[in-house]
Amino acid sequence: MATQSAPIFDTDELVINMGPQHPSTHGVLRLVLKLDGERVVDCDTVMGYVHRGIEKLSENRDWTQIILLTDRMDYVAAATNNLGYCETVEKLLEVEVPRRARYIRTILAELQRIGSHCLWLGTHAMDIGAMTVLLYAFRERELVLDLFEEYCGARLTYNSMRIGGLPLDIPSGWDRKVREFCDVMEGKLPEYEELLTNNRIWLERTRGVGVISARDAIGLGLCGPPLRGSGVYRDVRKDEPYAAYDEFDFEIPLGTRGDTYDRYLIRLEEFRQSIRIIRQALDGLPEGPIMGKVPRLLKPKAGETYHAIESPKGELGYFIVSDGRATNPYRFRVRPPSFCNLQGLKPLIVGHLVADVVCLIGTIDIVLGEVDR
Amino acid sequence: MLDTFIIPLLKIVVLLNAILISVTFMVLMERKVIAWAQSRLGPMRVGPYGVLQAIVDPIKLILKEDITPVKADKMLFSLAPILSLVPALVAFAVVPFGGDELFYVADINVGLLFFLSVTSIGVYGIILAGWASNSKYPLLASLRASAQLISYEIAVTMTLVSLILTAGTLSMVGIVEAQLTDGVWYGFVQPVAFVLVLIGGLAETNRVPFDLPEAETELTGGFHTEYSGMRFSLFFLAEYANIIVISAVTAILFFGGWLRPFPNVEALAFLDLIPGWIWLFSKIFLFLYLFMWIRATLPRYRYDQLMRIGWKLLIPIALANIVVTGIVKVLV
Amino acid sequence: MTDDPKLAGSAPEGPAKPDAAADTPATPQPAAKSDAAAKPEAAAKKPAPKPKAPPEPPKGPEDPLPPDDLEPPAFLSALQQAYPDAVEQLSYWVGDWTVIVRSEALLDIATHLRDDDEASFDYCSDLTASDWPPREKRFDVIYCLYSTRRRHRVRIKVRAGEDDPVPSVTGLWPATNWLEREVWDMFGVKFFGHPDLRRILMPDGWQGHPQRKDYPLEGPGELLLESPMEWLRLRNLQDEAEIE
Repeated sequence: MATQSAPIFDTDELVINMGPQHPSTHGVLRLVLKLDGERVVDCDTVMGYVHRGIEKLSENRDWTQIILLTDRMDYVAAATNNLGYCETVEKLLEVEVPRRARYIRTILAELQRIGSHCLWLGTHAMDIGAMTVLLYAFRERELVLDLFEEYCGARLTYNSMRIGGLPLDIPSGWDRKVREFCDVMEGKLPEYEELLTNNRIWLERTRGVGVISARDAIGLGLCGPPLRGSGVYRDVRKDEPYAAYDEFDFEIPLGTRGDTYDRYLIRLEEFRQSIRIIRQALDGLPEGPIMGKVPRLLKPKAGETYHAIESPKGELGYFIVSDGRATNPYRFRVRPPSFCNLQGLKPLIVGHLVADVVCLIGTIDIVLGEVDR
Repeated sequence: MLDTFIIPLLKIVVLLNAILISVTFMVLMERKVIAWAQSRLGPMRVGPYGVLQAIVDPIKLILKEDITPVKADKMLFSLAPILSLVPALVAFAVVPFGGDELFYVADINVGLLFFLSVTSIGVYGIILAGWASNSKYPLLASLRASAQLISYEIAVTMTLVSLILTAGTLSMVGIVEAQLTDGVWYGFVQPVAFVLVLIGGLAETNRVPFDLPEAETELTGGFHTEYSGMRFSLFFLAEYANIIVISAVTAILFFGGWLRPFPNVEALAFLDLIPGWIWLFSKIFLFLYLFMWIRATLPRYRYDQLMRIGWKLLIPIALANIVVTGIVKVLV
Repeated sequence: MTDDPKLAGSAPEGPAKPDAAADTPATPQPAAKSDAAAKPEAAAKKPAPKPKAPPEPPKGPEDPLPPDDLEPPAFLSALQQAYPDAVEQLSYWVGDWTVIVRSEALLDIATHLRDDDEASFDYCSDLTASDWPPREKRFDVIYCLYSTRRRHRVRIKVRAGEDDPVPSVTGLWPATNWLEREVWDMFGVKFFGHPDLRRILMPDGWQGHPQRKDYPLEGPGELLLESPMEWLRLRNLQDEAEIE
């Protein structure tokens, strides 16, 4: 091998386009990788292939019509998107949401977290080559989709919340089915763990890969499991409680090393915590109305606010400006967690091998519909 | 005339057809086994329980348009799949499916050496495919393939040296007969060698967890990214033919080939009622199942980790195994 | 409606509050107290574009003043004391504090907010902008900050014109790299000192900045594909800038 100071042969870097059509970029993400052998020297992230101008559209839609647009952002976790938007508008309107509605919202949001994490787990494991986990995780995600279908009739884009409450009360027997699902899910988690957690190859592929320190993670604005994986105690559900999270008892798993394996463990633990929250919410589900007192014509007073919730991907924030005159927001801005986490991809992958790139795209859990909006 | 040409030719024709047909059914088996592992049903539409899928799949592949990229090296691009498939088929020449002369094409006295040499040619098909495609992902894949070849070829060959020491012959038929004489399957005499050959076999056939040159989720299909239609299916055939040949050789070297279990225990002589080739086929079948099982279970190793295992783990163990075998051989 | 916040105080809030829980009732109070220094400036900047035709677009955000009985958090008072000239106004609405600062002093203030122990805003949640075309400095650039140590939030707001770049804060919060790119892409607000100010969501060669209020909601659409001549005729009828 040539000495490092004076290579005998000319070396050249290989520029390779990963995506927009690539099985592991989870959508239409395009990475322009500069490779030295298989080692990534530089990376440029190109996105915008599914930019639909949701922010611009929303500024020209009715307040209620926007709920439907929020479904289309993080399409694997539509209910949490609905929740974040509705709560932001409720904050602007200063509307009190009935307790029952807040409980049901929490259940929906946590079911959604399980569904979204199932998709993440499956695709992440598939990227690393463990294909059975994909099928297992999708099997359970199917149950979540069934529950949503029974609740609101849709399986992907739910449009499941309204400003001030919920459009529908839970169907009879639905709570029992959710309980059954919780039991099933709890039983299936060890199956995933058996295939991955102590698997030597899985450990070698994820441990020490994509390490990011707490300081860098905060600076880069990472959120959700990637931030907690570095040991930062930050979860909007605890820090700035919304819906009914302040009434439940749950824990926020934290990582220590900030590597891919920690982020994996955190998400697995979040499955369990979500189940715990859902059970508590079902146990304490109060009776009462599901819709708050909302004026027929929504016209929040002039003002602006930023409100964040913890989506499965991280901090999902809505910044909305109302001019107090129109039935549409003057400015509608989404703080997409995938977008902000994706920004952390470059520092993570530089210096790693091509094989790790797909592993790291998986670990930050992006949905391109949300990145591009 | 009859003995030198006609009969060997007939054997070859029968063998080739048998391999190709078993490959198509093996694809079906793989799809079914993996589906069951993943709580799915697998192909169910074509024929009862999807059995005819094995016939429909190759037909589909053959009928697909065969695309040659404009900038590809045309000759090498066509040569690569052939170079990949032919060695896999040639290797069957020395695989005995039974003790009788009827069951093998040739019993050459360096059969094992022939097998090793021929199978290592196969990887050139992959390297050339990656190179000739003139595309970046296949190029990376062919780099990986060559690195993998070097790491694993040495380890496997070294390991087999210790087996040859035990058996005292290089002939495949001879090795099985040696197991009969010694009265034990060599898998129990040389367990370390067996595991090493199995790992090396996985790596040589580019199977999970060592499917780096293919690595669909990393390199979008690896060396065969640019291939389609018939040429793609040649790679496909080669991969599965390789798996069968590796399974067969492993069964022969370590599990007594066509011998029944405990070949020297008289009390079990009734097992001889089952013909030898059935014993061998069921052993091959078990290994094929093992390969599929592994594929359904394990994630993929990374390129540098695979190299590390090859050089730092397998080769030292193989060397130590030779030394130990030699000492034991001298002492006993 | 579009009263100058300085003059009218929080006038629009008082009467209309139909059935709100009103966790923080922003009682109408004439602005006088908290930022005497900033008041004349803001008033001077927008003297009299108030009585215009009703369907005019809003001239700017309300930026309601904090109610009198609400003390701003300690870090904001400290900030006001440290940079009396740079802090134009404090604003409070539905529980959120916003501090409006001059763009020249943005970097100083941002550094202060990040490094000051009371504030320690180490996490930049969001950076975005809003467009108020009639205003001279038409853009508000908004920084949503969060402190992972103190667990509080604040927003910084900077006013910027079209040819009036804002200092980039990427050196303070690397997270704002892409967010500033997005604001440039969507609004055309320039950031100086940004390491890599390219478009991020729109294609590189795109004309115009889609999130501006004067950018049309619909482009050429499918008509261009179906009958280009018809599209061209329609296009020539209108102002070119509206389509592009």
